[in-house]
Amino acid sequence: MTSIVKSLAIAGIATVALTGGAVAQDTRDTIRIVGSSTVFPFSTAVAEQFGQTSDFPTPVVESTGSGGGLKLFCSGVGVEYPDITNASRRIKEGEVALCAENGVAEITEVMIGFDGIVLGNSRQSDVLEIDVPTLWMALAAEVPDDNGNIIANPYTNWNEIDPSLPAYAIRVMGPPPTSGTRDAFVELVMEGGCEHFEAVTMIEETNEDRYEQICASIREDGAFVEAGENDNLIVQKLEADREAFGIFGFSFLDQNIDKIQGSLINGAEPTFDNIADGVYPVSRSLFFYVKNAHVGVVPGIEEFVTEFTSEDAWGTFGYLTDKGLIPLPDADRAAMAESARSGAALSM
Amino acid sequence: MTEPTFAIHSGPAAQARLRRRYARERRFKLMCLGALGVAAIFLVVLIGSIVSRGWSGFLVTQMELTVTYSPDLIDADSPRDGNFRMIVVEGLQQEFPEATDRSAMRALLGLVSNGGFIAVRNAVVDDPMLIGQTVTLWVPAASDIDMLNKGYIDRAAPEELRRVDDQTMAWIDRLEADGKIRTGFNWNFFTTGDSREPELAGIGGAILGSFWMLLVTFLVSFPTGVAAAVFLEEFAPKRRWVDIIEVNINNLAAVPSIVFGLLGLAVFLNLMHLPRSAPLVGGLTLALMTLPTIIITTRAALKGVPPSIREAAMGVGASPVQVVAHHVLPLALPRLLTGAIIGMAQALGESAPLLMIGMVAFIVDLPSGPLDAATALPVQIFLWADSPERGFVEKTSAAIMVLLGFLVVMNGVAVFLRQRFEVRW
Repeated sequence: MTSIVKSLAIAGIATVALTGGAVAQDTRDTIRIVGSSTVFPFSTAVAEQFGQTSDFPTPVVESTGSGGGLKLFCSGVGVEYPDITNASRRIKEGEVALCAENGVAEITEVMIGFDGIVLGNSRQSDVLEIDVPTLWMALAAEVPDDNGNIIANPYTNWNEIDPSLPAYAIRVMGPPPTSGTRDAFVELVMEGGCEHFEAVTMIEETNEDRYEQICASIREDGAFVEAGENDNLIVQKLEADREAFGIFGFSFLDQNIDKIQGSLINGAEPTFDNIADGVYPVSRSLFFYVKNAHVGVVPGIEEFVTEFTSEDAWGTFGYLTDKGLIPLPDADRAAMAESARSGAALSM
Repeated sequence: MTEPTFAIHSGPAAQARLRRRYARERRFKLMCLGALGVAAIFLVVLIGSIVSRGWSGFLVTQMELTVTYSPDLIDADSPRDGNFRMIVVEGLQQEFPEATDRSAMRALLGLVSNGGFIAVRNAVVDDPMLIGQTVTLWVPAASDIDMLNKGYIDRAAPEELRRVDDQTMAWIDRLEADGKIRTGFNWNFFTTGDSREPELAGIGGAILGSFWMLLVTFLVSFPTGVAAAVFLEEFAPKRRWVDIIEVNINNLAAVPSIVFGLLGLAVFLNLMHLPRSAPLVGGLTLALMTLPTIIITTRAALKGVPPSIREAAMGVGASPVQVVAHHVLPLALPRLLTGAIIGMAQALGESAPLLMIGMVAFIVDLPSGPLDAATALPVQIFLWADSPERGFVEKTSAAIMVLLGFLVVMNGVAVFLRQRFEVRW
């Protein structure tokens, strides 16, 4: 039985050697990308293409969310920190400050295109036509009543807000607060909708915090259902429940166009062209940020940026449009490619 | 004097009581059977829905492509940089001469998967003599064509609601009539890494990642866990601090796995600066998680060895170490290994702790060791479930089937070891 003891001892020693020998790496030849789950499909498509057509290894792309990605990105300079982070919103001033504090001084910002946020339902039902203020009335936790008092949202059916809307219960499935899609929805629909109500804007002058709270709070009485980060799940639930609506990214509408339809918001249908032209009101810009200090240290970053900003990738007929990316207008794209490839540092 | 007793056990009242008791017994048995039935139905529905959605993920649609490596489009000095899209389009135009304008050529390109262009490229890179010649290859079809061929796209739906337009459907029907479309087994699914194209994506990278991770987990947690259990069971004095350790180990076994992920992030990444996304870090983190399970099962196994064995060994003059190493451990080994395998199976199915240490990532290249970036099987399933492309629905279920297969095999081995080698007293 000494053999057992011996093999246990060997296993133990091997483990210690394995862990001890593997301490901090000092070089890295694979690009590391973190950040937004919305940009993830585009970033990975470019990474795969880059891996196939260049002599560099395929970059590793992590889906951490915009905020989480920027936090990792801004943690410092060195091989253990990521080279590029994706974001479905612009970097905040606080994050730039955090970066600077940790020695990440020069960052290149690249805007890659737009993403529409869709309110959709099953094709078996009628198309909903709604405007942003009405949508806010349906989803806000507190709304003004006829006398201008702020009350808890009393509406249970769509047609109670506007008789032209359908006569069934308000039931909207959307992403949880950790999601970038939710952030953008709150910013564009909730905050954009509430400013149309005088009773609410009056509060802004006296109590700004309260105003913010009324505008941005989504109701929690069951009319809005947090369906998790998985947009596929929302799509499946919409198929099963004809009276429900869902909030999700445009690429999921694009992939499931035979099962679900997008609602018209402010009279505009969520289509590729309407989002690109800015006619459809609920869309946001997508970005990635490059750490200039890593360019030339980790091989391939420049070439990766060039691949991402090539017409083959992000152009009007590029492979990213097949994945649901809505490209920038031609002139902006050329200017952005120019500044991205030259590594122009962000200034705020 | 026995008469009154008999009166209780006979007579109409007693008969009725007896019937009620039998009835109650039957009801109870039926209820238990019903519970078993409900559990079985859940299992059948779960497995059924996964298999019905996932079986087609093991198949791939291929099309026969005849291409000419014309010297105008490919340079013999650097065959890698040829214009393979054009080569494929020209090949398809032989089949469909009517497709001449720009949009029709784009539609032709849409028939072939990105993997098709790579296959056309690799063929000529491997054998530059092909330049100027015409060859016939079977290449994967694009994901939409794959979905159409597998019946996931409703042919009767109006054109604007379909991801495949009428023109493309007519082309596919023609290819099919000519025998140039076939459905084959998707071997690539088991050998390649992740991809953005569902028809090219594979779980090879995830299986390798899981393998390296479990290897590290086993090497760390098994010796440590067994040694700790041996000490606690055989050598530890009955003191208060030993009791405290015991309570803590039992508590640790019930701690949610995400907590171990946070611990892994803090210790292995932030403190020790080990590489992110590496199976080494994942394995160490999962080792922390499986450690309590292994300690508890090992202690149970050691307890199962009767004291008479220890006393007999002591009686013939064995030292305490000899008692444990020569007699107790070997006898406990089958149950101990069973516990370890079940702990490993648990670790294989775990994804939450891996979120924290960067293993939820898009990784195409296969990991060649525990220090390379890798994902694991459950993480791959999670990533695919979140992808918008329709083709990933079947891939997700197919990957779940592979994971379930591994779990069934591991648990089967555990049961086999227990049945085959366990000594009963």
